[in-house]
Amino acid sequence: MFANLANLVRYRGLIQSLVARDLKARYRGSVLGFVWSFINPLLLLTIYSFVFSVVLPDLHSKETEPYALFMFCGILPWTWFSSSLTEAAGSLISGGNLIKKVLFPAEVLPIVSVLANMVHFILGLPILAVFLIYYRRPPDLDGLFWFPVTMLVQLTFTCALALFVSALAVHFRDIRDILSNLLTLWFFSTPIIYWIKQAPGLGKQVLDFNPMTHLVVSYQEILFFDGPVGHWKWLLSVGAFSVLLFLAGYWLFDRLRDSFAEAV
Amino acid sequence: MTTAIELANVSKIYRRYGGRQFATLKSALLQRSILNDLQPSETFPALKNVSFKVAKGSTFGVMGRNGSGKSTALKLVAGITKPTSGSVKVDGRISALIELGAGFHPEISGRENVFINGIMLGLTKREIQSRFDEIVEFAELRDFIDAPVKTYSSGMYMRLGFAVAINVDPDVLLVDEVLAVGDEGFTHKCLDKFGEFRRRGKTILLVTHSLNLIERFCDDAIWLDAGEKQAEGDPKRVIGAYLTAVEATEEQLLAATTARAVQEAAEPAAPAAEPTESDPTRSDMFTATEGRWGSREAEIVRVALLDKSEQPSFVFHTGDAMSIRLHVRALNPIDDFVFGIGLFNADGVCCYGTNTYIEEMNPQRLAGEADVTFAIDTLDLVEGTYKLDVAIHKRDGYPYDYHRLLYTFRVKSRTQDIGVYRPRHHWTFAGDVLFGGTNKL
Repeated sequence: MFANLANLVRYRGLIQSLVARDLKARYRGSVLGFVWSFINPLLLLTIYSFVFSVVLPDLHSKETEPYALFMFCGILPWTWFSSSLTEAAGSLISGGNLIKKVLFPAEVLPIVSVLANMVHFILGLPILAVFLIYYRRPPDLDGLFWFPVTMLVQLTFTCALALFVSALAVHFRDIRDILSNLLTLWFFSTPIIYWIKQAPGLGKQVLDFNPMTHLVVSYQEILFFDGPVGHWKWLLSVGAFSVLLFLAGYWLFDRLRDSFAEAV
Repeated sequence: MTTAIELANVSKIYRRYGGRQFATLKSALLQRSILNDLQPSETFPALKNVSFKVAKGSTFGVMGRNGSGKSTALKLVAGITKPTSGSVKVDGRISALIELGAGFHPEISGRENVFINGIMLGLTKREIQSRFDEIVEFAELRDFIDAPVKTYSSGMYMRLGFAVAINVDPDVLLVDEVLAVGDEGFTHKCLDKFGEFRRRGKTILLVTHSLNLIERFCDDAIWLDAGEKQAEGDPKRVIGAYLTAVEATEEQLLAATTARAVQEAAEPAAPAAEPTESDPTRSDMFTATEGRWGSREAEIVRVALLDKSEQPSFVFHTGDAMSIRLHVRALNPIDDFVFGIGLFNADGVCCYGTNTYIEEMNPQRLAGEADVTFAIDTLDLVEGTYKLDVAIHKRDGYPYDYHRLLYTFRVKSRTQDIGVYRPRHHWTFAGDVLFGGTNKL
């Protein structure tokens, strides 16, 4: 297993070119092309702003003003997370030709899904920057340090889940349907459209079990709230957990690897 | 001799996905088996205990019918699947021409696909850069390399895939029946490339249905049937064994066809008590369909086709001797009888017809049981399936027993000449005309 894991480093050229291919191919043929990477999160933001600022303005607390910016800090990483998993679930099946006909390291496929979506996330950051400047909330040095760490933790966590989901989806196609519903539930169990401090005791405890909670809260503390990042202990715990989860995911993936060529 | 590829007692068992196309979580939970504990009825052995070695620098052919396990063997060598038991060892970098252009993405250009495909096959960006022109040249796609691959014809797609794979510069090249992709010119280019590989001491594993290709290129060959190794060694010998087996199967098939035809003809044959001369269509041997009719005053009990060693057979080779033996029986002695033979090809064209009357034999007496043999010294027919008419009738055509197209046999030939009749021939040349080598593909 660890030999295979080391190979993953060797495949970085392959991963790199596959991510580039993914990005190039995605918007090929659409009029706006790469602009969609910016427009998609903006549209999502518009929808939630409409619901929570126009229709239900009293639901969010004063601390989360300007609400659009608050939500944007959560929606951007969430979009990376959820589209990564959705794509990873189908990645081995749609890449079946490669697995069946070419000697190809299958784990590259779910990881490429995650990385391609990370690129979209990064492309969304300039919009976030525009918002931050507009609302005069420049992040401090402390935040600039923690931001890449948070991204790294999220990357590890997402890759870990992507390995699980992709490997199991080959054998159980049901997973793709379960996943889309599960992600909706997960979205509302993560403090993205509400503030974590709004949750009552029991709710808070439930939310604490969700690793995405700590990632999103970290993003919010870095980008939205003033003052030092107080959530870093949680963040690092999630990071440690993610590494273990990644190893477990890789182990499962490795176990099932030989069955892919036949079952895809 | 160093070994480049070694398979030792390799078996591969595939799972059948019978009633359920895809496993579902529910069924797995109910049966408590996610991967293992499968019933034998749910498995299918694609390879059974196969071993072979391929020497470094040699070209090795794998032949066999569809479903014999050839491609499975190749996938095992390529490392795409793992053997259920046994071991597979390969020494050196592999490039597999199994599915050409498998990794191409339809939306992006040929140029970008060449890079990505090359990286997938284990090249570095720089290596691809330096070989790029060669690849495009080989694929004959200079004008289209920047167009999205989805706009390519299937031939262009395959050519590009082939060009990338062959330029990986592998130590071991695996080829699975991919030479059928291009036009004549491209096929020749591919074969030249293989020749170059051989000269440079690379190992090639070739899976193909083309026996000529194996005979021409391979140093060794193996023949798989139903997942088991049937023969291994000198290609000529293995091909011989393979062809013999194919003939045997064909023979069984033809025997069954003939048996069925005779059976069917016999069933409605509550033989017409009155002569069926009145039926004009049947008396015309060029239009009648298969069947059997006649008064049965004399009867053809059995018909056998014999090869040169007098063994019953259904498959013959052009130029071989062949005999048609009729076992006949006359209940009461008769003195007006003619034995006739007609040979038809698959299109229903009468290739040859004769009878004892035409050949001026004067019948005197036929009583009890007798054997009539029509011996052909050399069967000068081209390859194809032929059917046989045999008959006993009176000189005026009144049928005693007429067997119409009931017997089928097959003629095989190593020459792909066309037509019906193959006259004994040879070519001579005067003047400056030269032939050399072989043009076989």
